[in-house]
Amino acid sequence: MKASSRERLTLLLLQNTTPILFVAIFLFFGVQSSQFLQPQNIENIIKQASFIGMAAVGMTFVLLTAGIDLSIGSIMYLAPLVAGQAIRHQGIGVFPALLLAMVVGMLFGAVNGFCIVKLRIAPFITTLATMVGGRGLGTAITKSRSLDFPQPVLNFGRSEVLGIPLPIVVFVVVVAVGHIVLTRTAFGRQVYAVGNDVEAAKKAGIKTDRVLAGVYVISGLCAALSGFILVSQIGRLDAPFGKGDEFDAIAAAVLGGASLFGGVGNAFGAVIGAVLVQMVQNGLVFTNVNLYLQPMIQATVIFLAVFFDSLRGMRLTKLRRRYIRIPTDRTAAQPPRVDSARHGIVSSSGD
Amino acid sequence: MTDTILEFREITKTFFGVHALHDISLVVPRGHILGLIGQNGAGKSTLMNILGGVIRPDGGEMLLDGAPYQPRSASDATRARIAFIHQELNLFTNLSIAENLFIDALPRRKPLPLIDRGTIRRRTEELLDSVGLAVAPNTMVEKLSPGERQLVEIMKALSIDANIIIFDEPTTSLTARETEQLFGIIERLRAAGKTMIYISHILGDVMDIADDIAVLRDGELVAQGPKDDFDVSRMIALMVGRNLEQLYPIRETEPSDDVLMDVQNVCQTGIVEDINFTLRKGEVLGVFGLMGSGRTELARLLFGLDEFGTGEVRLNGGSTYNVGVSDSIKNQIAFVTENRREEGLLMEMPIADNLALVSLSQFKQRMTQFIRQDDLAQAAQDVTATLQIKCGNIASQPAKSLSGGNQQKVVIAKWLMSRPSIFIMDEPTRGIDVGAKYEIYSIINDLAGQGTGILFISSELEELMGMCDRILVMSRGEIRGEFARRDFNKENILRSAFREENGHESL
Repeated sequence: MKASSRERLTLLLLQNTTPILFVAIFLFFGVQSSQFLQPQNIENIIKQASFIGMAAVGMTFVLLTAGIDLSIGSIMYLAPLVAGQAIRHQGIGVFPALLLAMVVGMLFGAVNGFCIVKLRIAPFITTLATMVGGRGLGTAITKSRSLDFPQPVLNFGRSEVLGIPLPIVVFVVVVAVGHIVLTRTAFGRQVYAVGNDVEAAKKAGIKTDRVLAGVYVISGLCAALSGFILVSQIGRLDAPFGKGDEFDAIAAAVLGGASLFGGVGNAFGAVIGAVLVQMVQNGLVFTNVNLYLQPMIQATVIFLAVFFDSLRGMRLTKLRRRYIRIPTDRTAAQPPRVDSARHGIVSSSGD
Repeated sequence: MTDTILEFREITKTFFGVHALHDISLVVPRGHILGLIGQNGAGKSTLMNILGGVIRPDGGEMLLDGAPYQPRSASDATRARIAFIHQELNLFTNLSIAENLFIDALPRRKPLPLIDRGTIRRRTEELLDSVGLAVAPNTMVEKLSPGERQLVEIMKALSIDANIIIFDEPTTSLTARETEQLFGIIERLRAAGKTMIYISHILGDVMDIADDIAVLRDGELVAQGPKDDFDVSRMIALMVGRNLEQLYPIRETEPSDDVLMDVQNVCQTGIVEDINFTLRKGEVLGVFGLMGSGRTELARLLFGLDEFGTGEVRLNGGSTYNVGVSDSIKNQIAFVTENRREEGLLMEMPIADNLALVSLSQFKQRMTQFIRQDDLAQAAQDVTATLQIKCGNIASQPAKSLSGGNQQKVVIAKWLMSRPSIFIMDEPTRGIDVGAKYEIYSIINDLAGQGTGILFISSELEELMGMCDRILVMSRGEIRGEFARRDFNKENILRSAFREENGHESL
């Protein structure tokens, strides 16, 4: 396993592909357009990234258990919709409405969790069904008409904390809380354990059903928060609101290092992933790239990041391959095992 | 306090009308090590699963410290301070050692919901000390060797302050030094008054460490008593239920002079160096080596599973060929891999589908390319009968439902259907019981009798000495010695494997 310094450098580069790509793209656009580097624009990028970013933090929880949540786009639509209806008909205030939206998101996630854990329907199918069903319910409530939010909600959305726009503040809070839950709480560590090996987790006495259902509740909560904050920026909820955002959130989480096979990922990854995607989008506008080429360039960036990650995987397997003839090898450094000298069943009776 | 810590009383368990356990009554004295032995499928795992609360018995009861003990889940067993150290370890590789130890009940820093990391670090440091593992508590488990991981499992048992610790085949993936270390810890646990149940196929180890021995056969307890009542041959006789006078079937045929495979100067940087040998028609050629000597690597490379370096392989005295899996199969080479669960079989799929894998293309209709299902089914049926694979309907029964020995027969049968002329077998008898081993040996002899050349790789020297015409000895990726049957001598072969032909290590 001894790697030369050059190999180690390659590995170091490969291990940090997304941050390196991030910096490279940032510098590239910075050189191309001075406007890109304006603090106002950078704030704008982060603000735009915060909506997908929040949802991606929730998605990271789900991906850590090797699950997937396709319904978050519908939650982003449905949760603020219920809150908006309550504002309009019950006249509740902004904060109760925000709480209501969060509760709706968690309930929606709980339904996902129930189907996955108790009814044993695969996460992909469950959340595909609730994705369609959730949006259907929303359009049934509104009859596909758009829903306007009153001025207090818009005022809330445009408020600032210490001069920082609300979406960024909420995003930072979500990431920080997500990080603490994942790294410092029993639940968070159990999420990693379940993602690593469900069967072993059961044997270790972990209540795997609770963990598995819990991540969908968290994902629903994050999506609802993201949806409400986004709607508070624009003041209007249309039928396609949030549609397709689930895939952006998955892309952001994966760019941030989460594995679809579970057990690998962290909350900060979602920040890098979401901001990277947004930065590319924003930078392309500033550099006047043909509008029709932009999606393809974005796709290329995502492809590259994931491709480098796969390269890293291949490189690591190669490095970890057992080398028999190198004296520094750990198998050679230890006295080898004398399989034959120890008595197997058949061998023993012979002597 | 009674002298008996654990007692099984008339435990009975039936699966689908078949007795898995029948009237097992067994007493485990406090502070003793009980060696539990039996062939695969004898009921050892079932009994231990009942003890661990994984399954419930149909009849009988268990007494723990004289009180009834009825576990309903794994956590009940933990609460009763019974710990299991399984063959396949239950660790989370993406978590630290400390987190693995306390994952089910991580202590909190009240009133916050946060983990009290200081406490688990301190507790882990103590436990690391007690098993003599010198790593930091926050080391990720993925960075540990198999032996170190096993120590973590033992720490887990210590962390619940277990009174009864069950070791299920604990040495399978350990090196000699790690095994020694494990036995040292078992001794220390014994000195601390812990009761242990030690399950193993390695009867020598059981003889070394157990105080009492219990033998299971076909779900019944056929013998139990102090170790001194037993010796290895009695244990085998009890496990098998008959005396195995003959461990290796006698082969009637001699290898011919026709060379099937001629390997010349095969090198692959860091893996193998300058490998030269020939395999003749009807020959059983053994390859012996210690762990990490390159046995398996050589086999994989010759079959084309791993990257081939330089050198040549000639088949049937003809020209060289491009080593690669599909070419190997086309050239009638078969490869029974070391690890049948992961590499040899599709465990979830029916036996018939497993059998068809290699030879599928031989059953194509010429025009339509469709599979001739009837012919294929017939061929699968035939080979199942030839190798006497004990199973129900091969079209529906999944491979995983078979015993280890029968699974291995399916692997061999799969290759037989493609009528190979060269068979590479890597540890074909690993993890299967005595009776099944004998059957595999008979199959090997039959194949050799029909003119197949067999490259028989094994870490059990006695098995190779009993079966082979010649033995090649590998060490650090090179062939260190070659022994013809008349020169077979255990000591000399081992010396060669240890590179100590002249009494001291030569490099």
